[in-house]
Amino acid sequence: MNETTNQEKKTFWEKLLSIDRRIIFLFIAVAISVPLFFKTSLDMPVSPVVQEVYNAIEKLEAGSKVLVSFDYDPGSMPELQPMAESFFRHCFRNNLKVIIMGLWPQGPLQANIALDQVFKDEDIKAKNLQYGIDYVNLGFTAGNEVVIDRMGHDFRESYPADSRGTPLSEIPLMRGVRNYDNIDLILNLSAGYPGTMEWVQYAVDVFHVKLAAGNTAVQAPSMYPYIQTGQLAGVLGGMKGGAEYEIALKRPAKAVSYMFSQAIAHGVICLFIIIGNIAFFSLRKKKTS
Amino acid sequence: MRREVPLILTAIVGITMIIAHFIPPLNILKNLFEDWFFIIAAFAIYLGILNLILVNGDKIYKKQKGWLFGAVVILGFLVITIIGIFFSGGKSFQDPGTPFYYIYMNLYYPLSATMFALLAFFVASASYRAFRARNVEATMLLLAAFILMLGRVPIGEWISAWLPEGYRLGDAADWIMDFPMTAGQKAIMIGIALGVVSSALRVILGLERAYSAGE
Repeated sequence: MNETTNQEKKTFWEKLLSIDRRIIFLFIAVAISVPLFFKTSLDMPVSPVVQEVYNAIEKLEAGSKVLVSFDYDPGSMPELQPMAESFFRHCFRNNLKVIIMGLWPQGPLQANIALDQVFKDEDIKAKNLQYGIDYVNLGFTAGNEVVIDRMGHDFRESYPADSRGTPLSEIPLMRGVRNYDNIDLILNLSAGYPGTMEWVQYAVDVFHVKLAAGNTAVQAPSMYPYIQTGQLAGVLGGMKGGAEYEIALKRPAKAVSYMFSQAIAHGVICLFIIIGNIAFFSLRKKKTS
Repeated sequence: MRREVPLILTAIVGITMIIAHFIPPLNILKNLFEDWFFIIAAFAIYLGILNLILVNGDKIYKKQKGWLFGAVVILGFLVITIIGIFFSGGKSFQDPGTPFYYIYMNLYYPLSATMFALLAFFVASASYRAFRARNVEATMLLLAAFILMLGRVPIGEWISAWLPEGYRLGDAADWIMDFPMTAGQKAIMIGIALGVVSSALRVILGLERAYSAGE
């Protein structure tokens, strides 16, 4: 009888370890998608690195110029697009002037998508923001870190015209902007290379301009050394960073709503790891005994 | 000469770019080389397009396995290029409301995001199969992963709400990010920087010739 029981237990653990991965995929799909249908208000503390980003923008006076670099593509949109929208809301709410650019070809388009969304807000609509006066999109230029370096001398060396082909000399917002000396803060949204690291190495270290960043969760840990040395004012790391920033802004939006889904998904993955280890150790114990 | 000319050019440009950082008058040369770099970087897209068409065109012509996918690639490229250049308002082709913007939002964005999203499923499956506490190091890695995975989402707060403030999962995750993780990152960054310096010197001095044809 004991032999039969032992065989049944062995079969169960072995079956568990060799489970079809499509069942795992199904669990993850349900864990991610179902919470999206529930409206939840999550309360989470704002971490110091995110608070520093908020403070860096909040300290700027009305009319200050902010350069926002969009260095990501649609693959990173779920993490970075909510940050982009929050950046724009914060800047426009505080009457800052926004100069948009991109080191990735898709960057300026991502900016247009974020602007399109932000301009639907009633308080932003009421400001009647004008292209060329309150914000401008310089577009994409190939060249990676060379673009960053040349902008430190003269923006026109990298961007002779904006994304619509209008020479910078004809754009009111850009008339008083020659290089980083005329920029009060750079905000970089980055998913890889070129990205925040290049902005730190070529803009902050050489031209001593202030920089804050929003990064994917995979890239954010690489930025922590720069925060400790003061090269980076702060960083929004992944969807959690974006959610904390929305809470700091007192305007919960997409990132906060996505966090519930992410929380459940993380819980499910942890559960799978625990089950996998229990099965592994049970089998190992049986084999040694 | 086929070997010597690229090496000489690399050495001249590389040494000039380094020295110009310390001798400002050399910035004239540095700017000239950077202008050449801009032109080459922008021209690279034409090389990419040519390669795309040649590789996929060859596949279609020879009816190789998967030639239909090659046809889809070339068709997609042509459709988006023609719409972007001729039917989307000229230089304002990226503005909301244009056909190019419509294709980007309704075709490129969902497809690109979906490809990246597939990673979530494979990460979950790989974690289940490979994340085992086989030894001390693996156990420490596993514990750190648990703390970070749970501490970086609200579920960590829910689970550890009964603990005093400062000792919860979120605080543990922040500690791991601020101290051990940052220490490790700093070490990796210094190592990479030393490696980059070493590789750059080898390329500038002509010791590294992997990029040269026929070497």
